[in-house]
Amino acid sequence: MSDVHVYKKSPAEFNLGQRRARKSMRGQIMMFSLMIFLTIMSFSMVMAYQADVIGFSKYLIIPTLMLFAAVQVGLQLYYFMHMNEKGHGIPQMFMYTGVIFAFVVVLTFLTIVWW
Amino acid sequence: MSSVAQKRGFGATLWDWLTTVDHKKIGILYLLGGGFFFIVGGIEAMIIRLQLLTPNNDLVSAGIFNQIITMHGTTMIFLAAMPILIGFMNAIMPLQIGARDVAFPFLNSLGFWMFFFGGVFLNISWFFGQVPDAGWTSYASLAMASEGHGVDFYAIGLQIAGGGTLLGGINFLVTIINMRAPGMTYMRMPLFTWTTFVASAMILFAFPPLTVGLFLLTFERMFGANFFDPTMGGNTIIWEHIFWIFGHPEVYILILPAFGIFSEIFTIFSRKRLFGYSAMVFATVLIGFLGFMVWAHHMFTVGLGPTANAIFSVATMAIAIPTGVKIFNWLLTIWGGSIKVTTPMLWALAFIPTFVMGGVTGVMLGTAPLDYQLHDTYFVVAHFHYVIVGGTVFGILAGTHLYWPKMFGTMLNETLGKVTFWFFFFGFHLTFLIQHWLGFWGMPRRVFTYMDGQGWNSANVISSVGALLMAIGITVMVYNIIVTSIKNVRVANDPWGDGRTLEWAIESPPLFYNFAQTPLVRGLDTVYIEKMEGNLSGITPAEPVQDIHMPNGSFIPFMLSLGLFIAGFGAMFRTEEPWGMAVLVIGLVWTFAAMAMRSLKDDLGYYVKKEDILKDMKRKGGQK
Repeated sequence: MSDVHVYKKSPAEFNLGQRRARKSMRGQIMMFSLMIFLTIMSFSMVMAYQADVIGFSKYLIIPTLMLFAAVQVGLQLYYFMHMNEKGHGIPQMFMYTGVIFAFVVVLTFLTIVWW
Repeated sequence: MSSVAQKRGFGATLWDWLTTVDHKKIGILYLLGGGFFFIVGGIEAMIIRLQLLTPNNDLVSAGIFNQIITMHGTTMIFLAAMPILIGFMNAIMPLQIGARDVAFPFLNSLGFWMFFFGGVFLNISWFFGQVPDAGWTSYASLAMASEGHGVDFYAIGLQIAGGGTLLGGINFLVTIINMRAPGMTYMRMPLFTWTTFVASAMILFAFPPLTVGLFLLTFERMFGANFFDPTMGGNTIIWEHIFWIFGHPEVYILILPAFGIFSEIFTIFSRKRLFGYSAMVFATVLIGFLGFMVWAHHMFTVGLGPTANAIFSVATMAIAIPTGVKIFNWLLTIWGGSIKVTTPMLWALAFIPTFVMGGVTGVMLGTAPLDYQLHDTYFVVAHFHYVIVGGTVFGILAGTHLYWPKMFGTMLNETLGKVTFWFFFFGFHLTFLIQHWLGFWGMPRRVFTYMDGQGWNSANVISSVGALLMAIGITVMVYNIIVTSIKNVRVANDPWGDGRTLEWAIESPPLFYNFAQTPLVRGLDTVYIEKMEGNLSGITPAEPVQDIHMPNGSFIPFMLSLGLFIAGFGAMFRTEEPWGMAVLVIGLVWTFAAMAMRSLKDDLGYYVKKEDILKDMKRKGGQK
């Protein structure tokens, strides 16, 4: 078995760690409330459309829902799956590459293949 | 495998190979499996050329001819070229980055067995007499009209084999990202590692579309779905798009590792560092990106309209730029080098003009108006054989000669190697050069015979003679391999004498833990740097000798793949035979049981003791 090293943190490091943890917790709670807020908004928009409230047309609601969905995915990835922390460069690169490929393919179909 | 040499019976050896998770052994398994299918595909090619030798020939019927061309293409691409390249990646890439194994040894083994069972599934169709006959692209309009179970074998067999490839690709990516030795930055990685990286990334993005397409085809044919049937509201063109969104990246997945092997060969045998290393890396990545933006150039004549054709035409031609960068860098690597013309170097030297010819006809075909003229003629056949044989197969044969000592510890005979080269090289150009003209003269591809008096007779005879020469070349190579293995003359670390990367600084074949101490990498061509500074071992260790953690072998990958293989037959005969449904369920349950066993049983691997490693180091080079 390889040797086990016990590493003792200095008080400064300990404080720094605690401060970071607190900050991260604050960010997560804030983002969680934001996400719940966005979800409530989305539901109420659809409810309003179904109740024929004036001003809530399909053409307003669908793009807004899409936008909210994109924001939610971003928040989920960056705050709850920790992509905003260090050491996630490669996963980010691969995810964005995949997103770009998918986007280009869909765009191609919509603009020049099935126009 | 213990580090102490011992005699073992046949059963124990077989068990060792069936359960191995060692990347070097899996590399050899890939090479054997891929080599077997390469021979099968080659025999199919010989039958094609024999059938086309004379006009109005009736050696095989039209139906069987369709089956043979379909199986030739599918076998060569999916079961020969890719597995052999993945075999080299497995055997060499971890050595080049100074790792002891790939990141997920279990998945590596699973990937191999899925490829193997998928390939066997596809080829078992010959024994049922119902063989895929819709071409290797299996266009939906043909696939739906195909009677019997032929296309079902294609859909399920490729699904299983493709899953294995996807596992392999992910595994290599994680390995390269996480397991490089200290000091090996991305821009110090040997070019074969870089091309493995980019090809694996392309596998990651390109194989999911294939998986989706094959699932649609499977459900269309076996479970009553209607994705492609226009009378039911489907669309046959969707298959073509899905297939080529996968298929074009696929051909770059085939060529990039070959580029990597050639880059290694040029530096080793010109005894110079690679000219324009960073430009080479950039070009590789760019080819990878552009490979996803050009799929519709396979579909110019489908009727996408002038806008789409023009855009895809331009995108296609853009790929010639990074490829040109590579060609010039290889030429400048050779320029002024102290050149040794060994067998691998011969292949590499022949590759440049051959591949450039294939590339130029590629740009010609990428020109949409000209493509309307050349579409579905022998010109297309000539083009893709020039790039796939002139690039990938030359690369595979060069790699076989170059890495044989590293993988097996014996050196292939150089004279026989050169005989192989000349037969194959001349045979190849004899077969395919004339096919450009056959295309111009109007001979359509995928026809089982042709009429007399169209001026195609002598060209077809020349083509068939060339194929015979290629077959002779490969036969000489098989003989070479057998003789070399029987003589079994062991070689030292660096039999070529000019190795520049880490794999040449350790035993041939390496000990099962590769590096007694993880090396410290001090630059590009690290072994060369060390040797120039007087360190003859070529390695500066980055750690003291200590216990090494290694994974245990496992039989689960074999069983898991076998389950999928059984389920495939069930899916196929589900509606026709009373036992079909039961077999499908048994196969899937078998697979999930194997998965559960893997998940529930903790397997933490074992440690190689420090004393054993020191003992190995003392009898350096003494591995048997």
